[in-house]
Amino acid sequence: MLRECIKMAFEGMLSNKLRTFLTMLGIIIGVGAVIAMVSLGLGMQEKVKENISSMGSNLLIVMSGGRTANGQRIASGSGAHLTYDDAKAIEKNVDGIKYVSPGVQTSYQLVAGNQNWNSSVQGMTPNIIDIRNYTIAEGRMYTEKEMTSRDRVCVIGQTVAENLFPEGSPVGKTMRINKAPFRVIGVLNSKGQSSMGQDQDDIVFVPLTTAMQRLMGLTYIRNITIQCENEKLIDQVQSDVVALLRQRHKIKTGDDDDFSVRNLAEIIKTAQETTGSITLLLAIVAAISLLVGGIGIMNIMLVSVTERTREIGIRKALGATYHDILLQFLVESMVIGVTGGTTGMILGTIVSVIAAKVIGWPVVVSILATIISVLFSVGIGLFFGLYPAKKAALLDPIEALRYE
Amino acid sequence: MNVIELKDIVKSYAMGDSTVMALNHLTVSFEKGKFTSIVGPSGSGKSTLMNVLGCLDRPTSGQYILEGKDIAQYSDDELAHTRNARIGFVFQSFNLLSKLTAVENVALPLVYAGVGLKERTERAEQALKDVGLGARLYHKPNEMSGGQRQRVAIARALINDPAIIMADEPTGNLDTKSTLEIIDIFEKLNKMGKTVIMVTHEPELADMTQRIITIRDGQLIKDERRD
Repeated sequence: MLRECIKMAFEGMLSNKLRTFLTMLGIIIGVGAVIAMVSLGLGMQEKVKENISSMGSNLLIVMSGGRTANGQRIASGSGAHLTYDDAKAIEKNVDGIKYVSPGVQTSYQLVAGNQNWNSSVQGMTPNIIDIRNYTIAEGRMYTEKEMTSRDRVCVIGQTVAENLFPEGSPVGKTMRINKAPFRVIGVLNSKGQSSMGQDQDDIVFVPLTTAMQRLMGLTYIRNITIQCENEKLIDQVQSDVVALLRQRHKIKTGDDDDFSVRNLAEIIKTAQETTGSITLLLAIVAAISLLVGGIGIMNIMLVSVTERTREIGIRKALGATYHDILLQFLVESMVIGVTGGTTGMILGTIVSVIAAKVIGWPVVVSILATIISVLFSVGIGLFFGLYPAKKAALLDPIEALRYE
Repeated sequence: MNVIELKDIVKSYAMGDSTVMALNHLTVSFEKGKFTSIVGPSGSGKSTLMNVLGCLDRPTSGQYILEGKDIAQYSDDELAHTRNARIGFVFQSFNLLSKLTAVENVALPLVYAGVGLKERTERAEQALKDVGLGARLYHKPNEMSGGQRQRVAIARALINDPAIIMADEPTGNLDTKSTLEIIDIFEKLNKMGKTVIMVTHEPELADMTQRIITIRDGQLIKDERRD
């Protein structure tokens, strides 16, 4: 019986191609829009996450200087600056940490030959390039040994390289940082702008100890960059670090920290929540068009039932039961729903892939959205087909046979 | 032996305040293998009688015994199954489905009887050959003449080997030649032992049948047997 109904449904659909197509179009556009919108939304989310991650994912940055409330003084002279030892203690005592990189940074005028440039000089331990997701284009990163011996070596970003060494490779050449000569031993691959608009290639890395003692004359460090093993551990690591530093700096309970901890995961989370809401909004708008498509099915099925009153009467006279007629019309509306849904799914996927490529976002086809919207289109066929089908099945055969 | 017995059948409709008795305590029976015609003026209740006999409608009260079973108060589904298995309809306006071929139209009752496609098609082809339409098996109704369409309808009525064939003004839309052909088919069927009940308002057609029942105001006023 079901096979008969499906066959009849297709015959019915083919007998009025334009009307069937227009009805289906509502579902095609609805399902296609849901899939395309959700996929694009997810792609956008992925892109934002990627952008933020390029600053270094799983990062915690500990900065010296506390969060001072208005009028409250920082405990002066207590010597509670961040030190290289703090960094070592964090690395030793806190679990779930991949890298700890203490750092100092100042902007200096850089000179090489007849070129000069101003850039941020960062005194860092060698593991900084892993933490910040830099890669070496040419030459090498400095070593622990070069850091211990306070060698005057540096690794420069693409922007610095282009400005100071317009001709030829900078590796092996000498440049002056604040008048002191440094040997360039490596060039970083370009990372482009950060999502905040900063040029991440306008940078110079020098060994931490060299920077502290030979360049800046510091005994303390400005910040400690911590990379956790994964994003889930970040809250735990943050609270452990805070506890450890409070203990090391002998801060009494209730007093303010003399350092602050910034957490990139929070930025990622906020950004994801924002893009998630946008995705949801787009999906809702698309879902409304799916609903409108469903109402279109109902409309056409009602017309179809009226048009075919006589046919229903004949079928009933020949022995079709209530359920036979109900099934016939339900299958018909579901066939429209499923065919439209499948077409919409294919179309939506194609559109989202093309759009993502054009905009330059990652292509994310949401399997979940696909399954849900196709199931939904079956559901819509069923739901909006039920009333017309019931109306057909309840027709009185005598009345229906008399209908002209 | 009676294939149908109607006992004290009443069918009434509410029309505003008054009640219209379309069938007024009608008692009549139909023997197996007879060709009977029902005549009467319009509004006499013969269409209502036809609907009740054809299980399209339930009587308000009374007994309808079809092949020994009282089906007067059957449910809609039971009536549908009874129509499907025991009653063959031939209508004045043919009532064929225009999108289906002759074979598909004839096979339609078998769809609702749950018969498979292959057997359906074979039986429908045979039934069409029996009414002389072997050459038009896969034509659609609008490619056929009125007489041919009515023959398709008769083949459809016969397909499930029903207890009775109900013909409601079967020749009302046909010319004289086709009318005679159709009556001829009914007579042949009758000779093969089929029970045929035909509603008509043409006396000359009624004259060709074995029994003429005249209805007026929902009551049997004349029952003429011509054996």
